Amino acid sequence: MASPVPLKEKRLLDVRIAELPSWVLMRDFTPTGIAALPAPFGRGYDRYYNKYVNVGEESVAGVSMVLAACVGFSYCLSYKELQHERLRKYH
Amino acid sequence: MNENLFTSFSTPTLMGLPIIIMIIAFPALLYPTSNRLISNRIRTLQQYLINLILKQMMAIHSPKGRTWSLMLMSLIIFIASTNLLGLLPHTFTPTTQLSINLGLAIPLWAGAVILGFRYKFKTSVSHFLPQGTPILLIPMLIIIETISLFIQPMALAVRLTANITAGHLLMHLIGAATLALFSISTSTALITFIILLLLTMLEFAVALIQAYVFTLLVSLYLHDNT
Repeated sequence: MASPVPLKEKRLLDVRIAELPSWVLMRDFTPTGIAALPAPFGRGYDRYYNKYVNVGEESVAGVSMVLAACVGFSYCLSYKELQHERLRKYH
Repeated sequence: MNENLFTSFSTPTLMGLPIIIMIIAFPALLYPTSNRLISNRIRTLQQYLINLILKQMMAIHSPKGRTWSLMLMSLIIFIASTNLLGLLPHTFTPTTQLSINLGLAIPLWAGAVILGFRYKFKTSVSHFLPQGTPILLIPMLIIIETISLFIQPMALAVRLTANITAGHLLMHLIGAATLALFSISTSTALITFIILLLLTMLEFAVALIQAYVFTLLVSLYLHDNT
């Protein structure tokens, strides 16, 4: 099924079902494609950066969101040890 | 209490997988790159700071020593950012682990020393014997200088580990003390809280200073040997 837009650049929601296997095989699965590695990063980093950090009037908000996410993530990781530290009358 | 105190320094795992590699790589996300000469605010700020540190740190070196600029700048940025990120609540600081600091210190020190021995052998060996020592003291002094040379990487690593770990531990302890004292006597808890604030400010300074000291010492070892 020929389509005007080349298959490689389509996003997942635009791909037709019949084209799905060839789409999956053509994708760039290296870490640079997925956004796991540092700059010049995959699309995920670029999208976040351009939307929240690289704006005309910058402020701390863009980076602070990342740091807050880092804190939240670390809290989830250490939840198991922190469970015991609740404020109770009797420990 | 005892077990809880040190669990914050254990290697973080996510469902059994060690994710410490992701945590070490995380600070790199905070330093964006760009093709342009002048970019947004955050890049300008970072460029300004890096230039400042670079000029101050590499001024004493010969051109041969300045080839290490990239390495030393990456080092100081890595240590400073991991230390500062470790001051956020609940985060894991890689530099509290001796293994990581040894991994930073030993190759850099060894590189500087091997460089010195390869290109300026006589000067490097002559460092073992300071000028004007009495003849009888020479054997002992050479042994002492050799030991002090080999202790340099250990000192680098242990200094960083101990400083950051001790700071984090103190903050944990004083924070727990403040919380425990709150129900008993509020004024004492207030004093303890003020101590906690001061300690946090100190920790911010220590985070940066330790990075600086580490890099400075490596650059000094480099300067001796180039």
